[in-house]
Amino acid sequence: MLEKLEQIKKTALTALTGIEGEEALNKWKTTHLGRSSAIMDAFKSMGSISKEDRGIMGRTANQVKLALQAALDEKKDALHQAAIQHALQEEKIDVTLPGYAIPRGRLHPATQTLREIYRVFADMGFQIYRSREVETDEYNFQLLNFPPHHPAREMQDSFYVASDADRGDNPILMRTHTSPGQIHAMRELTAEAPDNPPPVRIILPGMCYRYEQVSTRYESQFTQVEGLAVGKDITFSDLKGTLSDFARRMFGQDVASRFRASHFPFTEPSAEMDIECFLCGGAGCQVCKHSGWLEILGCGMVHPNVLSNGGYDPERYTGFAFGMGPERITMLRHHIEDIRYFWANDMRFLEQF
Amino acid sequence: MKTPLTWLKEYVDIDIPIEDLARRMTLAGLEVEEIRYVGYPLPDAAQRREAKVSGFAWGPDEIVVGAIHEVMPHPDADRLVLCKLDDGEKMHTVLTGAPNLFPYKGAGELDPPLKVAYAREGATVIDAYSESAEMEYTSIQRKKIRGVDSYSMACSEKELGISDEHEGIILLDADAPTGVPLVDYIGDIVFDIAITPNFARDANIIGVAREVAAITGAELRCPDLTIPQEGASIQGKVEVEITDPALNPRFCLGLIENAVIQPSPYKVRLRLNLCGVRAINALVDATNYAMLELGEPLHAFDYDILQKRAQNDGAEVPTIITRSAKAGEKLVTLDGEERTLDDFTILVTDQTGPLALAGVMGGADSEINDETANVLLEGAAWNMINTRRTVMAQSLPSEAAYRFSRGVHPALAPQGVMRGLRLMQEWAGGTVAQGLVDEYPNPPHDPTVEITPQNVRRWLGIDLSAEEIAGILESLEFECETPPQSPPRIAAKTPAHRLDIGTGVVGKADLMEEIARVYGYDRVPETRMADALPPQRGNHDLDIEEKLRDMLASLGLQEVINHRLTSPENEARRFPAGEAPEEAYSELVNPISPERSVLRRSLLSSVLNTVESNYRIQDRIAIFEIGPVFLPHEGEELPVEASRLALAITGPRTLPDWGGAVAGEMDFYDLKGLLETALGGLHLGKVRYVGGKNPTFHPGKCADVYLGEGKIGSFGELHPLVRENYDLPGTPLLAAEFNLSAIITAVPALFDVSPIPNQPPVFEDLAIVIDEDIPSEKVAALIRQTGGKILTDLRLFDVYRGDQVGEGKKSLAYSLVYVHPERTLTDKDVLKIRKSIIYRVERELGGKLRD
Repeated sequence: MLEKLEQIKKTALTALTGIEGEEALNKWKTTHLGRSSAIMDAFKSMGSISKEDRGIMGRTANQVKLALQAALDEKKDALHQAAIQHALQEEKIDVTLPGYAIPRGRLHPATQTLREIYRVFADMGFQIYRSREVETDEYNFQLLNFPPHHPAREMQDSFYVASDADRGDNPILMRTHTSPGQIHAMRELTAEAPDNPPPVRIILPGMCYRYEQVSTRYESQFTQVEGLAVGKDITFSDLKGTLSDFARRMFGQDVASRFRASHFPFTEPSAEMDIECFLCGGAGCQVCKHSGWLEILGCGMVHPNVLSNGGYDPERYTGFAFGMGPERITMLRHHIEDIRYFWANDMRFLEQF
Repeated sequence: MKTPLTWLKEYVDIDIPIEDLARRMTLAGLEVEEIRYVGYPLPDAAQRREAKVSGFAWGPDEIVVGAIHEVMPHPDADRLVLCKLDDGEKMHTVLTGAPNLFPYKGAGELDPPLKVAYAREGATVIDAYSESAEMEYTSIQRKKIRGVDSYSMACSEKELGISDEHEGIILLDADAPTGVPLVDYIGDIVFDIAITPNFARDANIIGVAREVAAITGAELRCPDLTIPQEGASIQGKVEVEITDPALNPRFCLGLIENAVIQPSPYKVRLRLNLCGVRAINALVDATNYAMLELGEPLHAFDYDILQKRAQNDGAEVPTIITRSAKAGEKLVTLDGEERTLDDFTILVTDQTGPLALAGVMGGADSEINDETANVLLEGAAWNMINTRRTVMAQSLPSEAAYRFSRGVHPALAPQGVMRGLRLMQEWAGGTVAQGLVDEYPNPPHDPTVEITPQNVRRWLGIDLSAEEIAGILESLEFECETPPQSPPRIAAKTPAHRLDIGTGVVGKADLMEEIARVYGYDRVPETRMADALPPQRGNHDLDIEEKLRDMLASLGLQEVINHRLTSPENEARRFPAGEAPEEAYSELVNPISPERSVLRRSLLSSVLNTVESNYRIQDRIAIFEIGPVFLPHEGEELPVEASRLALAITGPRTLPDWGGAVAGEMDFYDLKGLLETALGGLHLGKVRYVGGKNPTFHPGKCADVYLGEGKIGSFGELHPLVRENYDLPGTPLLAAEFNLSAIITAVPALFDVSPIPNQPPVFEDLAIVIDEDIPSEKVAALIRQTGGKILTDLRLFDVYRGDQVGEGKKSLAYSLVYVHPERTLTDKDVLKIRKSIIYRVERELGGKLRD
């Protein structure tokens, strides 16, 4: 009997080794562990075995059954692993094929640069103030200390807008800079508290227009960002500090800047700020015309006449203002050589940002 | 302003390197744009440099002053001559074809010899015969020309990079030292300085020298204005009458008699040339030279012509009258143009008529000519605004007009005349009459401005003592007084050569600029503002606008920004031909082109233009733009600037790729989906989409968008007749235009968030068959209303038309989600709602449940 049990185990295990599929394995299970399998028959025949042998026979039969069960589990697991391995082999793909294209939206580069500028100045307490694009000569020029026929107007040729009435020295025009907003903003604040108006710290972004023949370097419309800070304790050294901070945030922590005397009717003293060329590190290259410097913005202390026109007493208040061209900054950073790209909206340009 | 270094050095000592000088001038406001090396070696090209650099270096050992002692004919070439030339070391025979030597051919030994620029064998010169646009160089080699040995040459200006002159060779002044390197004799370095309007006083050599003196601490030397006045007095020879001192504050005349018309010395002509002024003859050159030196433009009249005009008129002597022109009055200027004048133009006339456009250009009748011997020299001051308007109206820029239209101090008038007379006498001979006729009815007020060290502290953030401040201002010729009092103050009187210093607080600001400049902007420290921050207000409109931009970009749309100047014809294209309404535009008075002649009214038109310009590049386009349109408003002087949002999409729904996904072309519902998502993302509340009428769009594929009762925009598929107005592909183009301000106003400051339900949801599908004409929104509204609060989601997942539902019908299949906030819903609950939905669909919409 013991031999028979051993034989059952041997037969079953031998049959198991050849099995390779789930179906065959189920069949094997029915044959060797099912209700009418040899081992189950052995259990059924236990009653006919002598009492003294029954103990050992029972234990042995149980061991055979457990061994077969364990062998089955092991086989099952092995087959599962093999199936997965096989599937993994089968499912292999060419990972170098390109991914599926997903349409992506982007912001216009002018918007992107404007936002960077907003962010830096927002951290310094400058809030954004916007004003209209069609202005009067008074706001665009006269209140900013450009009297009629002032020579500095030559640098800002204007587009004039037709009007029904003869407006004499105060025609309607497309603003040539965002500076009219300086007057609007100051007048709003002084209207609230004429005797002791609050300090001003704003930046003025927006589209400006100049009568220019369009070329790779000049556009008839361009965005500008100006800044204005007015208070009772604001100095030229604050102007230098604020704008140098800006340059470091915008162009890199180590970037050097310098200030050159210049002229704008609405500031005095006036300056141009250059930053050390970030393309050549100041060694001199084509972009900086070998000077090592890039002209980035114009600035200065607000002219007393402009403060007065805004309602701020120039004997008590001082302030500084600055202005820059986001397109120029974008062009310098990305080696763009044609300013006309900005409003031509060719997707091949826009989609590179 | 081109400024030769040699000229500058006549008035100020300069002992710092050229690049340092250029840098310091630039920092102080005299921006050096270019440094031109004339004969001197150029700096290393690889090095960083302060300004653009140009020029040509002359080898000091190779190019020297030569002396031609005899000009001999060439044995067998008529167009060549042989020169006996001394280069300081030995005699050479030099071959040349220069026509300006021909007069000396065969004249024997020349005494004095002709001085020339002599290039020895091996010298490098500019190839004057090169056709290339780039400068090309050539080295002088020994060769035989027509049997004569040639190994060196006498140079033209072109060959030395001085000018384009190549007709003849350079003939130097007789006192040129033979054998000396040419660069030591006439070499120069020319700074090209950009003069800003407030530096107009520096558009001359003395002005620049004064600035250099101030920033380097050197002494400024003044030009010699004394002259031997050996002639009879000018008094009684000419009268002056100023009719309007506001237009003509000062008018000076000097007289030189028996001058000889001849060329100026070579060195003078070279300087004028380097300054961009053409040399004419000694008399005209003297006026230009004095102007470049002092900044006072001069005008020379032929005195005899004026005298003749006066006598023909029955007068003894000419009377010069200055007045404004009569509108329409005419004058032929010395460029030969007959000019019709405006009433703002100032004229110099005599008894018989106009002589010159004051401060701008002389008249042809009385100018210096080949017979002139007696010259009346005018130095005056003119109203800068009138001058400027004349320059603009006549399109007549000139060196004189440039200066007078920026303001010339009247104190310079007699100085200019004296300098001019002196130079005329030096270069053209003659006798200078004693004295000047000087009418000066309107002297300017040279303001005295008081400032304190505290002012400097408050404006500039630097601490300077009263003495330091006075020192800086005195270096610019302000006369400063510092009375011994406390707190210290400085009274600075403006020097009589500048008109840019104001009074009171403006004058203070003007002085701050001078102090900061000369002190050095680079020495001012960098500080952070200590001033109080203003009240923080934020910019709600911009915040929402930016949020919308982000949202649209995140939905796959590309932002575009178009020109805001357009033409009515372009914008009319957004309507079917012949259906464009009459629209009032803000028009430009001076457009650059007809295509950009008005301010846009339609942002939709802008994005359609962008689609049109891009579709040949790619077939899938999805864009948006945010910006103003300009709407003229009856009774308002300025147009309303209304904020708009426009979108346009066209082409395949997905980008083409190798996966072969076929998703079809974008249609109305793609755009609507984008809009729903974007507006939903702003938590706009109840947005309604209603079938709309808009001539731009397909009448059956157009919707208006309402927020409450107000229409905020419309969108749809482009009308086929509108499409024909554009160069566009055949795929549907969907576009929208919104009133952005209306959207921004409606965005709530806050919105509520519902709790996540604890109870399990129950899902159910429901297909309703109704008449084709019934808008789906009615069915959805009915279901929502019936479902009430526990219907948490309703989504249409299928629309079917066909045999199974019958002609004129459609089946709308919805999936519904029910959640009760407090308890688990039972099948019974759901069945009850389902039944009432079906009941109402049948009763109210005449539909039924699809089997």
